[in-house]
Amino acid sequence: MTNIVIVGVGGQGTLLASKILGTIGLDNGYDVRVSEVHGMSQRGGSVVTYVRLSKDEKLHSTIVEQGQADVVLAFENLEALRALPYLKPDGTIIVNTQEILPMPVITGQAEYPANSLELIRSTGNAVELDATEIAHQCGTYRAANVVMIGVLAKKLPFTYEQWMSAIEANVKPKFVDVNKEAFRRGYEL
Amino acid sequence: MKKLMLGNEAIARGAYEARVRVSSAYPGTPSTEINECVAGYPEIYCEWAPNEKVAVEVAIGASVAGARSMACMKHVGLNVAADPYYTAAYTGVNAGMVVIVADDPGMHSSQNEQDTRMHAKASHTPCLDPSDSQECKDFMRTALEISEEYDTPVILRLTTRIAHARTIVELGERREVGLRPYVRDVKKYVSMPANMKGRHIVVEDRERRLAEAANELGINRIEWGDRGIGVITSGAAYNYVKEAMPNASVLKLGLAYPLPRKLIEEFASQVTELFVVEDMEPFYEETIKSWGIACSGKDKTGVQGELFARRIAAKFMGAPEPGPMETQGIPVRPPVLCPGCPHRGLYYILGKLKLTVCSDIGCYTLGALPPLAGVDTCVCMGASIGMAHGMEKARGVEQAKCTVAVLGDSTFCHSGITGLLNVMYNRSAGTVIIADNSITGMTGHQHNPSTGFDIHGNAAPQLDLIKLCESMGVKHVVTVDPYDLAELERVLREETARDELSVIISRRPCALIVKQPNVPYVCDLEKCRRCGMCMKIGCPAIRRTESGVEVDATQCVGCGLCATICPFNALSAKGE
Repeated sequence: MTNIVIVGVGGQGTLLASKILGTIGLDNGYDVRVSEVHGMSQRGGSVVTYVRLSKDEKLHSTIVEQGQADVVLAFENLEALRALPYLKPDGTIIVNTQEILPMPVITGQAEYPANSLELIRSTGNAVELDATEIAHQCGTYRAANVVMIGVLAKKLPFTYEQWMSAIEANVKPKFVDVNKEAFRRGYEL
Repeated sequence: MKKLMLGNEAIARGAYEARVRVSSAYPGTPSTEINECVAGYPEIYCEWAPNEKVAVEVAIGASVAGARSMACMKHVGLNVAADPYYTAAYTGVNAGMVVIVADDPGMHSSQNEQDTRMHAKASHTPCLDPSDSQECKDFMRTALEISEEYDTPVILRLTTRIAHARTIVELGERREVGLRPYVRDVKKYVSMPANMKGRHIVVEDRERRLAEAANELGINRIEWGDRGIGVITSGAAYNYVKEAMPNASVLKLGLAYPLPRKLIEEFASQVTELFVVEDMEPFYEETIKSWGIACSGKDKTGVQGELFARRIAAKFMGAPEPGPMETQGIPVRPPVLCPGCPHRGLYYILGKLKLTVCSDIGCYTLGALPPLAGVDTCVCMGASIGMAHGMEKARGVEQAKCTVAVLGDSTFCHSGITGLLNVMYNRSAGTVIIADNSITGMTGHQHNPSTGFDIHGNAAPQLDLIKLCESMGVKHVVTVDPYDLAELERVLREETARDELSVIISRRPCALIVKQPNVPYVCDLEKCRRCGMCMKIGCPAIRRTESGVEVDATQCVGCGLCATICPFNALSAKGE
């Protein structure tokens, strides 16, 4: 069983990431449970999506709770920090080092933690990358979510071809190439 | 064929397979995607209604006319629709009719934690409570069959973790169900007292028969395990119970109302300790206790927030408490008005004029958060106009001159029109602002009668807001572009000062639906004096730096509001 928590800021494409993971699980005979939160989150708030994959046992709960995540896939630094309690002691956190300031920081009511990356590194099992910049090089910073999936892919038991078909199944035809390239860049990192 | 489906998507699939012919809904998180997915089946007539009351009335009409029908809404929508629904419980149906209602324990995007099962009991109609997407699909058929067999509208209740969870669904075949003949039946379908006295007898008898049949109903099932602990549960809570107490015996209720008394008594008699684990209210627990059966539940978990597996394990099994997520010192990230949002300029000027703002339900409620902090009240869909009017009548006409009601185009259509009728009729001197962004924004861009398009995106007759207000007798109706701050300020000063009712239509499409200039703005640090004016509009794309401000090019859509406000012309579009 693999428990994945995807965190980010509304608009960063966490839903597409969870759809790709759900598709690859289903296509390869896994039980799949995905929980999303729609609505308010579209407006630049914190978003959390849970993905659970299981080859052998039937899954029930659609969410991942504190201390249960094998992987946290964080699209933003601060959200990565917020999601650390989800990690299992030996869990991995993959973090896009982009910083998006929340409104309380913009207005000066709060400070963006200066040591966020150090705290994330202190988990002992952190992978850092600038997925937004890598996606930008591929053609659009919007594909940062798929760069992140590329990094995650190496930790999951699916082939490169299986990932390609999961991307094709979830991305509009005209964006398939840029997303495949974004995936490759993350995968080969 | 197996498919990974959102609970809401599976409801639509269930409707398709069970030959629902008519579906009407008003969007509301977490229910919105149901009708959006229904719209993907050309076999089903599908529409957005202006509000949930209308949607339920459409479903009742379709059912009486012989077509299987459905209406969808979020939990608070059922309050709006309660009037027709409660009486449809008396008239009964012809073809099957299901109202899908999505509750939101934990209030992810709602204003209360209302439990729809209470509405089922109060209206004496059955309520089904699925636990995953497969059940969402299957229960649609069951609900329609119960509706037809017992001549009653049925509630299919979801919660956020069911509606917005993707789980695997085995698709079924679509079965042909013919249109039933329409038979005129005045005693049944005309809700006059004399007729309904007779129907009330039918309702009570129906409820008794259904409660009896519930003992044998397949969707209520016992999963025997260790008989030391028995758990009665349903919906999302069932999933958590299976993980928190994998060995316990479980009575899973697919029918949340009416309850199967014999089945529950039999289950209770065979377990040593009985727990009732349910999200929200102690709905099952109170009834079970009223039958003299010892059990516990809400004394351990309380009624607030969502249940989770670890919380259940801690409360019922003595496992360590999960405790709150350690997020101390990490700034919160509330949702914000998007870059380019037309509501931003409106709230900036309302704040500048220090007006009391009775706001409403929609994206523009976010104007309540700092730095705009421009909302005084928000209660429910359409309440802005009535509340501003109440303030005026409580404190006199001077209050009207420093108060405005703000509501969106979709909310105005939903239940603002009657509010406006009231203020016109009762001689208000108030100012109503329709923040018309030409879409139902917060729920993810659904059309409404004022947008000119239907649920399929096809051109539709468009409500003319100006003509509507004028036809009601409002003498002062002004349209203004909220990007034009100077004009907006002038209009607001003029209209609030009047001794007569005014409507201001603040009109500009949502920044997410109309292609923006997308030329990001930059700050000329030589001109910037760090005065902080541009920080007052709460744009997520602007941040303060050591030497001035910086505009995040990945977020800026080029609306130019910051440049309008900057006193030193430091901000301009890149390349200009």
